[in-house]
Amino acid sequence: MAAASADTSLKRTPLHDRHVAAGARMVPFAGWEMPVQYTGVGPEHLATRATAGIFDVSHMGEIGTSGPDAARFLQHLVSNDVDKLQTGGAQYSVLCREDGGVLDDLFTYRLGADRFLTVSNASNHDSDLAWFRRRAEGFDVEIEDAAPRYAMLAVQGPQAREIVQALADAPLPDRFTCRHRLLRGRRVLVAGTGYTGEDGVELLCDPDDAVLLWDEAVRRGAVPAGLAARDTLRLEVCYHLYGNDLMVTRGPIEAGLGWACKEDTGFIGAEAVRAVRDAGPAEKLVAFTMPSGIARQGNPVVGGGEVTSGTMSPSLQTGIGMAYVPAGRAAVGTELQIDVRGKLRPAVVSRKPLYVKP
Amino acid sequence: MADSSYPAELLYHPEHDWAQVDGDVATFGITWFAQDALGEVVFFDPPEVGSSVTAGESYAEVESVKAVSDVVAPLSGEIIEVNLGLGDTPEAINNDPYGDGWMVKVRLSDPSESDGLLDAAAYEATLS
Repeated sequence: MAAASADTSLKRTPLHDRHVAAGARMVPFAGWEMPVQYTGVGPEHLATRATAGIFDVSHMGEIGTSGPDAARFLQHLVSNDVDKLQTGGAQYSVLCREDGGVLDDLFTYRLGADRFLTVSNASNHDSDLAWFRRRAEGFDVEIEDAAPRYAMLAVQGPQAREIVQALADAPLPDRFTCRHRLLRGRRVLVAGTGYTGEDGVELLCDPDDAVLLWDEAVRRGAVPAGLAARDTLRLEVCYHLYGNDLMVTRGPIEAGLGWACKEDTGFIGAEAVRAVRDAGPAEKLVAFTMPSGIARQGNPVVGGGEVTSGTMSPSLQTGIGMAYVPAGRAAVGTELQIDVRGKLRPAVVSRKPLYVKP
Repeated sequence: MADSSYPAELLYHPEHDWAQVDGDVATFGITWFAQDALGEVVFFDPPEVGSSVTAGESYAEVESVKAVSDVVAPLSGEIIEVNLGLGDTPEAINNDPYGDGWMVKVRLSDPSESDGLLDAAAYEATLS
C-alpha cells in the first residue's frame, strides 16, 4: 500500500495546480500526472449522472491531418467511412494493423474539406503519430503533432450543455458534431462527444485558456471528476478502454466495433477484418454483471476467455465488467463463472449498455 | 471522513491492521491509514467462521473501486465471528474503521503474540 511518489518526469496539464488545490489524489497515468479522484469516485460519478461532471482530459493526444489528400489518407488509415464525414462532423473509428489487430480507437473531427483533427488515447499518442507519419508516404498530406496546441476538458451530464452554453457566443453543436465557438471570448473547438454515456461536450482549447474555462464551468456547478469516475462511467455504458478492452492481439469485430468498420473503404486491415466478419469471430467482448464481488482485468473466465475491465458500478450498485468469451457463450443471459483470485464467482452476460438513463 | 486517528486502546500490525484484545479473543480491522490509502471500499470478502488465521498472513480481501488488497491478521487464532454487516455497507470500513468497520473476531491461539504488536504511538511513527 505504498503511496505514489512524485515523479518529475511526468507531464502536467495546465490544470495541475487547480487539481492539487482541490485536494485531488494525483497518480501517474500514461506519462502524465493526473487526478484520479477529488472527493471520491462514487460522488463524482453520481454527480455526472445527476447534474454535470467536469474532467481534465488534456492528456489525450491530438493529431492534425491536412492537405489535398487528407481525406483520402485518413480513409486509408482509419476504419470508418471518412467520406461520409461532413465538415463539422465527428466520427469514431479504430486504427488497425494489416492483420486487423487494433492499434487504437480514435475520434476524428472534420474541420474543413482538407483539414482533420484526430484525438487518440494518451498512451498511444506517440505510436499513433509515428504510424500516421510512416503511412503518409505517397499522400499529399501534412501530419502535425497537435497535442501541444490543445488542452481538453469534458463537461458531461444532464446539465453540462446548460453550463457551457452560458459561456458561449452561439448555440453549442449537437451530438457528434463540432464547431468553433467563443467561450468567454476564447476560441474553443466544442464537440458534442464524450465518454460517459451522458449528453455533454468536449472542449479543445488553447492550454492558456484551460484554467479560465475550468473555473467558469465549476463556478456554474460542474463537479470536478477524476480518472476513476471516468472509468466507472464509461464501463457502465460499455465504452472501450484501450489497453483493457482493445488491444493489438484482437480485432474490432471481436470487440463489438464492427459498426465502426467499413471494409469497402479499403482501410489498412480491412481484409483481415472482413475475414473475421464473414467467418464469425471465435470470441466476443461481452458485458456482465455479478451479484457478489468484483472481477478485475485478467481474471480468467471458466471455459475460456478473460475479464478486460471490472469494477463496482456506482449507479447499479453491483459488480460489472467486460470480458472476451468464446462466441458460443456470448449470448445475453449466459451464466459465467469468473475465477477471481482462486474463488469462482458467478456472473451473467448482460445487455449493453449496462446502465440506461432512467 | 474523519481525520486520521489511532486509538490508544488498540494494538497495531505494521501492515496497517489493528487488534483489540480482550482476554483470549481479539477483534481485527484495518487502520485509518489503510482505508485512506485504499479509497472508497466497495466490497469485503469475508473469511469463513472456523477457519484459522496466522499472524502476518492474509485472511480476507478488501476491494476499493480501483484495487484489491489483502487484509493481514495481526495475531493467530480461529475466526469465531465475521462482520456480516459489511456485506451491505462496506463503506463502514472507510467511515468507521475502528467501529462498524471491524472485520472479524478471533479466538487467539497464543495471546502472548500480542506483545509483538505496536502501540498507537509506535504505529504512527511508522507512517511518517
